[in-house]
Amino acid sequence: MMIESLKYMPHPKEANAALAEHFTDLAPALNARKAAIESSRCLYCYDAPCTRICPSDIDVASFIRNIHDGNINGAAVGILKQNILGGSCARVCPTEILCEDACVRNHDAEGQPVKIGLLQRYAIDNMSLDEHPFKRFPSTGKKIAVVGAGPAGLSCAHRLAMLGNDVVIYESREKSGGLNEYGIAKYKLTDNFAQKEVDFLLAIGGIEIRHGQTLGGNVRLKDLHAQFDAVFLGLGLGASKQLGLTGEDAPGLLAAVDYIAALRQADDLSQLPLPSRAIVIGAGNTAIDMAVQIQRLGAEEVTLVYRRGFEAMSATEHEQHIAKENQVRMRIWAQPQQVLLDEAGRVRGMRFEKTAIVDGRFGGTGETFEIAADAIFKAIGQSMDQTSISDPLAKTLKRDGDKIYVDDQFRTVLPGIYAGGDCVAPGQDLTVQAVQHGKLAAHAIHEDLKSMTASMTEASKVEAA
Amino acid sequence: MADLSIEFCGIKSINPFWLASAPPTDKAYNVVRAFEAGWGGVVWKTLGEDPAAVNVSSRYSAHYGKNREVLGFNNIELITDRSLDINLREITQVKKDWPDRVIIVSLMLPCEEKLWADILPLVEATGADGIELNFGCPHGMPERGMGAAVGQVPEYVEMVTRWCKTHSKLPVIVKLTPNITDVRAPARAAKAGGADAVSLINTINSITHLDLDQMVAFPIVGGASTHGGYCGSAVKPIALNMVAEIARDPATKGLPISGIGGIGNWRDAAEFMALGSGCVQVCTAAMLHGFRIVEEMKDGLSRWMDEKGYTSVSQFVGKAVPNTTDWKYLNMNYQVIAHINQDDCIKCGRCYVACEDTSHQSIAQLIDAAGVRTYEVIKEECVGCNLCEITCPVQGCITMVPQDTGKPYMNWTQDPRNPGAENVKVPETV
Repeated sequence: MMIESLKYMPHPKEANAALAEHFTDLAPALNARKAAIESSRCLYCYDAPCTRICPSDIDVASFIRNIHDGNINGAAVGILKQNILGGSCARVCPTEILCEDACVRNHDAEGQPVKIGLLQRYAIDNMSLDEHPFKRFPSTGKKIAVVGAGPAGLSCAHRLAMLGNDVVIYESREKSGGLNEYGIAKYKLTDNFAQKEVDFLLAIGGIEIRHGQTLGGNVRLKDLHAQFDAVFLGLGLGASKQLGLTGEDAPGLLAAVDYIAALRQADDLSQLPLPSRAIVIGAGNTAIDMAVQIQRLGAEEVTLVYRRGFEAMSATEHEQHIAKENQVRMRIWAQPQQVLLDEAGRVRGMRFEKTAIVDGRFGGTGETFEIAADAIFKAIGQSMDQTSISDPLAKTLKRDGDKIYVDDQFRTVLPGIYAGGDCVAPGQDLTVQAVQHGKLAAHAIHEDLKSMTASMTEASKVEAA
Repeated sequence: MADLSIEFCGIKSINPFWLASAPPTDKAYNVVRAFEAGWGGVVWKTLGEDPAAVNVSSRYSAHYGKNREVLGFNNIELITDRSLDINLREITQVKKDWPDRVIIVSLMLPCEEKLWADILPLVEATGADGIELNFGCPHGMPERGMGAAVGQVPEYVEMVTRWCKTHSKLPVIVKLTPNITDVRAPARAAKAGGADAVSLINTINSITHLDLDQMVAFPIVGGASTHGGYCGSAVKPIALNMVAEIARDPATKGLPISGIGGIGNWRDAAEFMALGSGCVQVCTAAMLHGFRIVEEMKDGLSRWMDEKGYTSVSQFVGKAVPNTTDWKYLNMNYQVIAHINQDDCIKCGRCYVACEDTSHQSIAQLIDAAGVRTYEVIKEECVGCNLCEITCPVQGCITMVPQDTGKPYMNWTQDPRNPGAENVKVPETV
């Protein structure tokens, strides 16, 4: 495991059971009473702003009205129809910048928005369906390969299966779920929810998942392209960006996502290596998740360092608030300059250079300071895994910046190969966005295959004539 | 603060708030608590002949709003289920202890003159201020030939009223049932029988809701149900109309009215009084919130009176009656048009969809380049129906603005578009 580089560190002082208490639901679920009160606050807007902004097109006003009318199953199916991962999205979506920000009850005179995220979670958690709510359409006889069992891949696979296609998912990790299983703070998705959601999704049938299958490793895109009617790439962003400093591979310095994954998968939290002083570099939700979690494990001093100001952070205000509440220290306007090592070559801290915007230009000021730390976690963004991209055919895919280029139907430049989620350019790198990409790509694939079949039938008719 | 004292058909009351004949006034304990809380009077829950009525369980159910607030209420309780003797003794004692408070005794008996002649002296002996004839109870009693069964037959109303005026010196208030096509008929009958006042409305036949698992309506009595008497906020519009009908009927004009039906706050009371009620009776609101609500009702009413410069209740009783008329006398040339205050608009689109789907397509949804919605009234299409104002969740955001049409008053009887215009006479006053 990647956190090998921390193995010399001590373990948390508390026992597993006590530690687990620190990782229970950050936002506890609504009970029936609270859901009734909250749903009654919804104005059932026409052309509702919350629905318009939802990246996965959930009809928010409709599902809230269903909750209020006691039709929980109707509410849940209304959500799942648009977003098969509606349960995890309810937990991990930055609702404060999406639906809840758009809620008309945010208007100055109205007080506060309807708690849409919690209501969505209430509907999904409390549905009691006798069978899977979506039936498969008659078989198309088509087989599609999906690379990656993260939100985009799973969503795509589910929709393809629903439309009557058979799907094989190739996943490099042991478990399915991608970011939801490995990359989200433990207290945001408790009770093994990510896995349960995958199980629910797969219950539609027609989806096979093969684990330990890595594109660019034991899987070749060329083969998939040849063996399947279409391929969807939901590669995600598996690699952490580099600081570009000497000593970056020193023991004690690692990617936040690797530690988060280890924490998520740990059966015994007390066996995790725990630095007493930690630095987290970055200002996105991953950085916050990392800083808060290590603090909750018992670290004495956690400092999050960001090169710009609070307003520029990609972590929302809500996330920043969580960090503050958890005593994470935040240093802004400072950028990493040098990894400080001890005699044994292990991390002992980092030197930072203060930054500023002078005459509209961002840069270092030359003034430096040091923060002592036993571990440094990088959370400065993710990029596509080099392994996947090393696949000979994948290499030839047209890029858009450092991501894969797709058209508005999620087609790459190679016919029959589609892509979506964080590995493609459009979007906000959100789970909900990935789910939407997967869903739309599935429809595009299905339609493309259908019209191809139709034109082939036409062609054969012509031949026969 | 304005003086809230009134005189209603000869009965003096320190304020116009009385508790209606119902469970809250069934016994001395409750009535004393009500007087301690400040109610001006009570109508003691209906007495009847012995043996006393027997009640079932359960008895109440409710029609709820979105936040589980009780919009309407229904009950299948009968008249008092305590003996006549104990009620009379308690009334006597309470009246003795609370001489400045009004006690009206509600009565219900079969239509036999002797029964009325026998009971009236007993009631008079308690020192009570008046009697109220319960011609309204819609459940249980009508099956026995009483309550609404009497109230629905004007001849019976007149007959029983006359007996009471014959055998008693007490003021007689006739309580009317709303379960009738035209409430003016029993009101006229009551007046003809010599009634000193009418009170209305009694409860309306109703079924509030059902248990869809058991397939039975509420309130459930061992797996079955029956229609109950509907009351509470939901019946207020019906009650107000009936009060107005009687207040503006030339045959009953000037007959004192005790307004009942969904009164829960000072504003409701003021509305009933503006439509001609000399006092009001409250029940459901007290049952839902306790007797202390009279405190806010009194305070609110007198502050409003102060603001308006009314020094006594009689100054505004009936003031809205002349402005209540028949449809045909409304001004055909009056025109209002909706106006949306864009600063207050929260852009929920409710006005738009209501008008677009169900009214006159007179609201435009404008979408700018950034996708921001604005809702604007298309003046040429607006008929001034009020629907948008009603659907708008923000009070005061949509207003109906009178337009200067430059045209004089013209009612339907004068309107050239009315094929029967010539046949209709223009009234002297509108």
